[in-house]
Amino acid sequence: MPDLRELYQEVILDHHKRPRNFGPLPEGNRHAKGHNPLCGDRLTVHAQVADGIIRDVRFEGAGCAISRASASLMTDAVKGRPVAEAQRLFEEFHRMVTVGVDDEIEASLGKLSVFCGVREFPSRVKCASLAWHTLRSALGDGRDASTE
Amino acid sequence: MNPGVGLGASSVGAGPRVRPFDPASVVPDFPVLSQLVHGKPLSYLDNAATTQKPLAVVEGISHFYLHDNANIHRGVHLLSERATAAYEGARQAVQRFINAREAREVVFVRGTTEAINLVAQSLVRSGLKEGDEIVVSVLEHHSNFVPWKMAAEATGARLRVVPITDAGDLRLDQYERVLTSRTRIVALGHVSNALGTVNPVAEIVRLAHERGIPVLIDGAQAVAHLPVDVQAIDCDFYAFSGHKLYGPTGIGVLYGKAGRLDALPPWQGGGDMIRSVTLERVDYNTLPAKFEAGTPDIAGAIGLEAAIRYLEGLDRAAAFAHEEELLGYAIERLERVPGVRLVGRGAPRTSIVSFVMDEIHPHDIGTILDGEGVAIRAGHHCCQPLMHRLGLGATARASFAFYNRKEDVDRLADALDRVREVLG
Repeated sequence: MPDLRELYQEVILDHHKRPRNFGPLPEGNRHAKGHNPLCGDRLTVHAQVADGIIRDVRFEGAGCAISRASASLMTDAVKGRPVAEAQRLFEEFHRMVTVGVDDEIEASLGKLSVFCGVREFPSRVKCASLAWHTLRSALGDGRDASTE
Repeated sequence: MNPGVGLGASSVGAGPRVRPFDPASVVPDFPVLSQLVHGKPLSYLDNAATTQKPLAVVEGISHFYLHDNANIHRGVHLLSERATAAYEGARQAVQRFINAREAREVVFVRGTTEAINLVAQSLVRSGLKEGDEIVVSVLEHHSNFVPWKMAAEATGARLRVVPITDAGDLRLDQYERVLTSRTRIVALGHVSNALGTVNPVAEIVRLAHERGIPVLIDGAQAVAHLPVDVQAIDCDFYAFSGHKLYGPTGIGVLYGKAGRLDALPPWQGGGDMIRSVTLERVDYNTLPAKFEAGTPDIAGAIGLEAAIRYLEGLDRAAAFAHEEELLGYAIERLERVPGVRLVGRGAPRTSIVSFVMDEIHPHDIGTILDGEGVAIRAGHHCCQPLMHRLGLGATARASFAFYNRKEDVDRLADALDRVREVLG
């Protein structure tokens, strides 16, 4: 088995225990709910977007260590960035946890690269990507997101 | 263990070939168990999802394809005659195993889900209507909930859901209230797949029959762990899957009392289910062919018979006693693991222990246990209404079979310490 420490890295455990940007966002103007039918996990992503920039982003909900840490790290990563850049991050993140990316792209993902070990655990890919699917819905049509 | 279900000689191996039961000696009968996963010995504790198959089942299927393969019924050649005899022989094996009165009361389907859909959809075709009611319980697996919900939505009938206690026991007193002249059928699981609770099915059948209401029992989690005698339970329908009974996937059984099955219209049309077809008119076949449209899973039925014969060769009463002992031991061990809370404390129970662990998500528990070679299931167990009732999103579930041993339980408990190490 790939080492569990590859999956449950310190950064992930830290964000799981002390999630950043957790809670409601009253001034948010973009919202979406996400659902992982596999495990029943649900989370909500709120974003405040102005002039094409994600001014603030927060999330709520319950889930496993991987999905919670992923939501937490995602909010840190996209806050203050243009919407288009968040979309690009989503695509690269998704490639990293499914098929893998080269070292250069992995490095460009910064802290998000702690999720590279997820690729070795196919049953957990959806946990890592739920928050991202939900963010994309919030930035797009606002419809409920699902990992299925 | 379950009132109304006796240890009938027909369903518990008592023949001359029965060998004394010893959990260690049956393990080699299941080749898949003797492997390392992630470099560790496998402790397979996901038996409620599917059981492993003894070599006899694998060989039975393989023998059919290597020597006897042909389509059944109406064949005039030797192979077809052999295949037909084997398929119908499997039906008789099932009849014997569940003590059905007649072989034609055994309908082969894909599994429990298809069996329940068959009854639900046939009920729709037989005139289920607005004002009618269908009674289920909050314990049900989605497969014994969604087909009824669909039938209700298609006809305007109403679904009545019997509640449970906080301990996970069915509120028996509620049946007295919900069973009325409007009730068309009661559907109930024999054993809860999420909690392992054994429901008093014979008693509920009695309550329903007093009012002339038929009862369908979802036996998916029961057949492998309890002696099931459909005549003693007196249910009108009993559904189960082959793959949870040490047989192959793709084959299952709908038992129905001949009178009840005769009264239902077929739900799928095709070959084999007809007596005659003209451009103007179709006459349906008799039981059980009426409900077996198209070429069935012949090899699956043969594999199921091989599983039944394997079980008949065991001292099943001793195997059940061993499973009960394992469950008791698991409860005792898990209760001592810091942070673990068992879900569903109702009695009697069988073969399943569901638990949560502090704030640790069951999916994380499952992944870490897998790394230790311990296979369990984590999630809502296709019981979202039940999880909602219990105020949980998911649980971790260990489920046992007679080939499991105390050391598997020890490895589970030890691996839970590892979960705490990684995530605590």
